[in-house]
Amino acid sequence: MAENNRAVIKLKEKFASSIVDVVEFRGEVTVTVTKSDIIDILSFLKSSLSFNLLTDVTAIDYLGKKTERFMMVYQLYSIPNKDRLRIKAAVAENECSIQSATQVWQTANWLEREVYDLFGINFENHPDLRRILMTPDWVGHPLRKDYPLQGPDREPYKGRLS
Amino acid sequence: MATTEKMTLNMGPQHPSTHGVLRMVLELDGEVITKITPDIGFLHRGVEKLSEHRTYHQVLPLTDRLDYLAPMSNNLGYILAVEKLLDIEVPERAQTIRIIMAEMTRLQSHLVWLACHALDIGAMTVFIYAFREREVVMETYELISGARMTSNFFRAGGLSMDVPPEFEAKVRKFAADMPGYLDQYEGLLTTNPIWLKRTVGNGVISAEDAIDYGITGPALRGSGVDWDLRRDNPYAGYENYKFEIPVGKNCDTFDRYKVRLVEMREACKIINQALDNLKPGPVLADCPQITYPPKENVYNTIEGLIHHFKIASEGYPVPEGEVYQGVEAPKGELGFYIVSDGTSKPYRMRIRPPSFVNLQAIEKMSKGSMLADLVAVIGTLDIVLGEIDR
Repeated sequence: MAENNRAVIKLKEKFASSIVDVVEFRGEVTVTVTKSDIIDILSFLKSSLSFNLLTDVTAIDYLGKKTERFMMVYQLYSIPNKDRLRIKAAVAENECSIQSATQVWQTANWLEREVYDLFGINFENHPDLRRILMTPDWVGHPLRKDYPLQGPDREPYKGRLS
Repeated sequence: MATTEKMTLNMGPQHPSTHGVLRMVLELDGEVITKITPDIGFLHRGVEKLSEHRTYHQVLPLTDRLDYLAPMSNNLGYILAVEKLLDIEVPERAQTIRIIMAEMTRLQSHLVWLACHALDIGAMTVFIYAFREREVVMETYELISGARMTSNFFRAGGLSMDVPPEFEAKVRKFAADMPGYLDQYEGLLTTNPIWLKRTVGNGVISAEDAIDYGITGPALRGSGVDWDLRRDNPYAGYENYKFEIPVGKNCDTFDRYKVRLVEMREACKIINQALDNLKPGPVLADCPQITYPPKENVYNTIEGLIHHFKIASEGYPVPEGEVYQGVEAPKGELGFYIVSDGTSKPYRMRIRPPSFVNLQAIEKMSKGSMLADLVAVIGTLDIVLGEIDR
């Protein structure tokens, strides 16, 4: 099924060596690529396959579950063709950075700032990489799996006592 | 000789026209804006983090509090994503009621937008009128869910309960009256010279730029892009309804105003069609491993009590995988991206808030315009800080 997707066919032709995995689940196609080619692939999808809307940029923390801790997720949408594509790229903890997609879409600016803020992933060539939701002097990255739910230096919530 | 220098002005977070706790640091050259630095996060409650520690059922009330002016749209987006993961079908009656409530919610959200937008620009009468109509929607919320704002009404597999008998007549009357009210608002605003002076040609963003900035919803359609998820990627049964998608031409605040007003008229049409489709039947799918048993069984049988207790205490396992569900919320594309690891709690839940992405374009839209026009642009973007900060 996923092999018949218009984007997957083209990506396999052009970036055969960078594709790590292609998955289809519930009708949604996810292509995992290597992090070094992410900008080439995203700009190719935008210019040649008219995936012109970057819906979302986010990350997942696979602490202790995968060898490369973080996974960047890009949700693309094509307004002319009305279809979606999800691009993922793994980011290792010891080399915690990836090229910024701001050179392809302006949308990526704040979305990447949020990922930087909450996951601590760095974006190379980002024009304005600052925290966005947390205060500038905040320590730690709240959406990491090893960040406690109740916040730093606090007792875990034990439920209602009464 | 007089010297001039740029002035830095702080606007918000406590400011009546920033629609919540939005702070902006403005750099002004006289009255002209040269730079805008929005500062957000004052309302950050960590909804995404919290949801990783709750069962799928317990996450639902958190979604009410994102865009608190359109709670049921948030419920719908989340529930559809969970249902996609679970791969379950929803009974027809539940689908129809969901559509009615999603469109009522759109009306409610647009009414608050119109009221506040007009008030910001100085037209106070519309504010009073629009809130009068919004009250009817809130009463409907209360009638079916018991809460006026935090509805928490949809469930994976259908609805929490069936609607009471008086629901149909109330909604039908509202959908019949609403076009007349809309004429009333239009009479006050559409040809009003002050309104035109403040909105025409203000906050212009071209279609190309709007897509580049990821703007969605009425703000994108105001720039002439004919795209609506309800028609182009139908969900929740929207493919069975006929409605027009209004599109603007001049990419300015006035066109976005017109688009939203037509959208409200179309919402009334959808509600009428849905009411005609409303037939008696179950409102919850027949999958006991996911849905709660009827209260009658819980109170009267030991099996029912155990069933209820099991779902309430440990939730239900959800197949491993990841889904993204986008819905056309009143403010734009609201997306829920859920990664499941096969347990009863989401491994990661990402909310794609339309207001967050739309707000980013504010500098593009207001740079070089007057300070007073910035207030109109904030209004036309229709932002809600509960959704931006999450």
